Amino acid sequence: MIVGSASVVIQYILDSIANGSLYALMALSLSLLFGVMGLMNFAYGELIMSGAFTMYYTHSWGPVGMIAMTVIVVVVMSLLMELLAFRPLRKAGPSTLLITSFALSIALQKLAYMTTNPGIPKTVRPYPWLTQQFEVSGVLMSRLEVIIWVMTIVLLVGMTLLLKRTALGIQLRASTEDFRMSQLVGVKANRVISSAFAITGLLASVVTVLFMLGHGDVRPNVGQGPVLVAFVGGVIGGLGSLPGAALGGFVLGLVLNILQATLPRSLQGHTTMFAFLGVIAILVLQPGGMIVSIRKLRRKRDQAAALSEGAPS
Amino acid sequence: MLEVNELSVSYGRINAVQALTISVAEGEFVGLVGHNGAGKSTTLLTVTGTLRPAGGDVLFDGKSIVGLAPDEILRRGIALVPEGRRIFGRLSVGENLKIGATTRKDKKGVEEDMRKILDRFPVLQRYWNKSGAKLSGGEQQMLAIGRALLSRPRLLLLDEPTLGLAPLMVDRVFEILDDLHKEGTTILLVEQNAARTIEVADRTYVLRSGGRIQFQGTSEELAKMGDFETAYIGMG
Ligand SMILES: Nc1ncnc2c1ncn2[C@@H]1O[C@H](COP(=O)(O)OP(=O)(O)OP(=O)(O)O)[C@@H](O)[C@H]1O
Ligand SMILES: [Mg+2]
Repeated sequence: MIVGSASVVIQYILDSIANGSLYALMALSLSLLFGVMGLMNFAYGELIMSGAFTMYYTHSWGPVGMIAMTVIVVVVMSLLMELLAFRPLRKAGPSTLLITSFALSIALQKLAYMTTNPGIPKTVRPYPWLTQQFEVSGVLMSRLEVIIWVMTIVLLVGMTLLLKRTALGIQLRASTEDFRMSQLVGVKANRVISSAFAITGLLASVVTVLFMLGHGDVRPNVGQGPVLVAFVGGVIGGLGSLPGAALGGFVLGLVLNILQATLPRSLQGHTTMFAFLGVIAILVLQPGGMIVSIRKLRRKRDQAAALSEGAPS
Repeated sequence: MLEVNELSVSYGRINAVQALTISVAEGEFVGLVGHNGAGKSTTLLTVTGTLRPAGGDVLFDGKSIVGLAPDEILRRGIALVPEGRRIFGRLSVGENLKIGATTRKDKKGVEEDMRKILDRFPVLQRYWNKSGAKLSGGEQQMLAIGRALLSRPRLLLLDEPTLGLAPLMVDRVFEILDDLHKEGTTILLVEQNAARTIEVADRTYVLRSGGRIQFQGTSEELAKMGDFETAYIGMG
């Protein structure tokens, strides 16, 4: 009995890690754009939507063709968004950018309603060998879950290397911190912003593929719910910090999924409410997000250490 | 080399700089001093392309650079050490220096300059992996100057580089500027410390508020005016 419930807990957590991972990638994308240009891009959901429709229409090409096309379409969509909607607003304040992203999000959804005949339900047919569960020492998992874990780790490591080791990465981080100053040391504004949108698009396309292979239903508003959760997760972690946002997205995605599976049936419809109540509590206590409080703790610890050593130099 | 002609800059309805005319010749060390709010920073930010002028012109090597993007102006050879240093606090010291060379393609030259700068500022070598935010004010100022030098500028603009530094550090900064000038760098230095500026600069402009020139002259001329600081600008 005890053994049984322990493995049930492990099962919930395993299932939820995949969910959390996708939100981590989404929150990371949102945080990147927010940092570089002060844009909270709600139209990110429509990148996922355009990817979902691409998968639906190219499903017959086989998995390789479908995935390649999805990546291309989503990255191009992301670059076009920047070029057509946000570049003309380069000098605008954050609220103008925010409202533009809402408008863009709604416009793209309506466009999808108008052009894709929503009367016919559409699904990306699942690949059974991906979604079928198998048992490993008492817990069930699917190949898709494993792929999600691996891809998330690969992408997070890749992003870290890109940001820490390449000239573009250093420029992106500098721009995130002080955009004006980064231009004064020679960083090209258009180039870093386009790169940020390209990276965002790439992450969005991976999220789309992994998400749609598990969920399947293609609707014009398919990206809207996820982007909201990712946004809130990012805010919890601190949108100004890339690792913070990713962690926030991960934790929120994980918690939502666990609540979904464990709350009494009568409350299950309200999982998001509980999650968001928790979010409000966190933000009231720690307005800068979790990472900020972690940084503060670390700084205090460093100071204490320096004092006890007798500060060097 | 640099000519600012009848430059006017405004923030909305506030005229920060009005019809300002100054020039800097190749190899010269020019000072620009004035009260808080006189429009000194505004002038430098306009020359480097962050702000757009409402009127007038900025010529570099005889060509107008008004309307060019900041990175293009840097490419032409004007680098800024900004007010408040504006080090990238989350980047390491090394990354702060490397990003200074963003506009350059000559890897060998960059390596050479990097070595020279680390020789000049050994403290930057010592803290290479430390994040910029953890340096002291003086160390950050060295880093900001090093970062600007890595673009190999032909004209170096500095905005109050001694602000908030301890007296010893202030001496060190003026010493560095003097050295750079002797090595051939053209410098335009904005300062509130008029006395020290006049000492090191070949020529100094004194601004009053609204970015108008109160007077200008070589260091000897200004020194001859004796008590000019207390008489005209009331600063110590
Ligand atoms: N971003 C801004 N928005 C509105 N007004 C500004 C802005 N920046 C500066 N000003 C105004 O423009 C005028 C000139 O400011 P500026 O910063 O150029 O002066 P400064 O000579 O550099 O002063 P300080 O010695 O204090 O650095 C001031 O009246 C200031 O209040
Ligand atoms: Mg100033």
